[in-house]
Amino acid sequence: MKLWKAWVIATKDFSIFRNKKRVLYTLIILPLLFSIGLPLIITNYANPTAKIIIIASTAISLLDFYSFFYIILAFILPITLASYSIISEKIEHSLEPLLATPTTDGEILLGKSIASFLPSVAMIYIGSIIFMVLSDAVTYNKIGYLFFPNWTMAIILLLVVPFTSILSVELNVIISSRVSDVRTAGQLGTLLIIPFIGVYALLEANIASLNIINLFVILTILFIADAFLFYISKAVFSRDEILTKWR
Amino acid sequence: MIETENLTKKFGQLAAIDGLTFNVEEGEVFGFLGPNGAGKTTTMRILACLISKTSGEARIAGYDVGNRLDSLEIRKIIGLLPENPGLYDELSAYKNLDFYGKLYECTETQRKDNIKYFLNMLGIWDKRDDTAGMFSKGMKQKLAIARALIHEPKILFLDEPTANLDPESSKTVRDFILELKKEKKTIFLNTHNLDEAQRICDKIGIFNTKLLAIGTPEELEESVWGNKTVIQLEQVTDKILKALYRLSLGNIATDKNKLIIEVVNPEKENPIIVDSIVGAGGQVQYVTKLSPTLEDAYLKFVREE
Repeated sequence: MKLWKAWVIATKDFSIFRNKKRVLYTLIILPLLFSIGLPLIITNYANPTAKIIIIASTAISLLDFYSFFYIILAFILPITLASYSIISEKIEHSLEPLLATPTTDGEILLGKSIASFLPSVAMIYIGSIIFMVLSDAVTYNKIGYLFFPNWTMAIILLLVVPFTSILSVELNVIISSRVSDVRTAGQLGTLLIIPFIGVYALLEANIASLNIINLFVILTILFIADAFLFYISKAVFSRDEILTKWR
Repeated sequence: MIETENLTKKFGQLAAIDGLTFNVEEGEVFGFLGPNGAGKTTTMRILACLISKTSGEARIAGYDVGNRLDSLEIRKIIGLLPENPGLYDELSAYKNLDFYGKLYECTETQRKDNIKYFLNMLGIWDKRDDTAGMFSKGMKQKLAIARALIHEPKILFLDEPTANLDPESSKTVRDFILELKKEKKTIFLNTHNLDEAQRICDKIGIFNTKLLAIGTPEELEESVWGNKTVIQLEQVTDKILKALYRLSLGNIATDKNKLIIEVVNPEKENPIIVDSIVGAGGQVQYVTKLSPTLEDAYLKFVREE
């Protein structure tokens, strides 16, 4: 496999994303919304004049709880980019000339995955830094120390976010083989977020907490799902399948 | 340069290509004619190593189409113009070509030179920085042709290169193909356009799931019927017809005051025919040769099938 070819495909997709306002807005606005909005909610609670004033322990669980949003974001962003990256090529019939080049299926798939993965993870990292700085600023007086950075957030950002993003890209490859418009792919992808919402609900209901052990359980599940879906997406993303069976 | 032997492609039980055997020599322009759904695009996709064959053999420049490693080598020496241009609308014409140049492993100098050369030849160098999305259909097709040539391939696969183009753009594209023919490129041309095939192709295959006929345009035309002589008379009378029947010619048909006579040796038979007509009191207004067209040949083979 020639990695530089995958990179050529990915950089071409970056150039296209830069010209697609909808993709650009999704990529920038969503992480910023989370990163500024969540500390703002805490600011509201932390304000002594607020109707509901949170105590330090509640602030801590809120921050833990909000950290989980970055896992959800790691699922949403790549699926949006991958929808544009793969389905747009399908709609514009540009896959055929691309497949006619001396490039392997693996190089194309890797290029497409990098194109969806890198900008999403980069934006999540930028957003999470803003979130951590703002959250520390508004909670320092309440809890008496800088809550971020911590091990939970480190594991989320360095391990869970990449694994979730990979899962999201793989799922999109499979979805792309069955649908032929970006919106439907996006909607289907969003439906697959339900398991993540389930975990979020468990956290909210205090049935589970976002501790390191639970994060490693999530990580193991993600790893198994990634490995399983890798084989399916690789089988789906073959020249023969794309040109004869993809709808 | 391109050889197939008993090439077959099935989708489930349905055969899209059934035992196709032909060969195209180096520097030859091969026209692949057939109705919609005949399997022309499927054949092209198999030869371009895009989809797999079910059985049979296909070789491009000695490389085996079914072999995974060979297929990468084949893709390096072929250029493909699919039915849809399939350009990146958000990228400029230059960037579209540069992207493909990189994937075809061209050096930076090669890319720069070839992009300039082909865009100039196709008359769109001035538009190199415009996004492909702003291009007209004809310009998009030209850009797609430049893309197929960016790595200077030995063999070109062109799928309906002038479909949906206005007459002027069609002519530009056709002239460009003729230029490539002069450069001795081997060209495999899928087309519905019989006039285009006749003008460009050295050899033509008429195909409808199976190969129905193959030969030069002239050979195919002659295979429809031999020679026919058309004689316009002032009036066709029974006396004239009786005189002609006595000559034991081929089939004689009449159309108003026109006689259409099948002849084997026109140079020898035509003067005798004219003499007989004049002898029977007929007045000959003009004598012409009726030549079958490629369309006649195409329709004959497709309908017979």
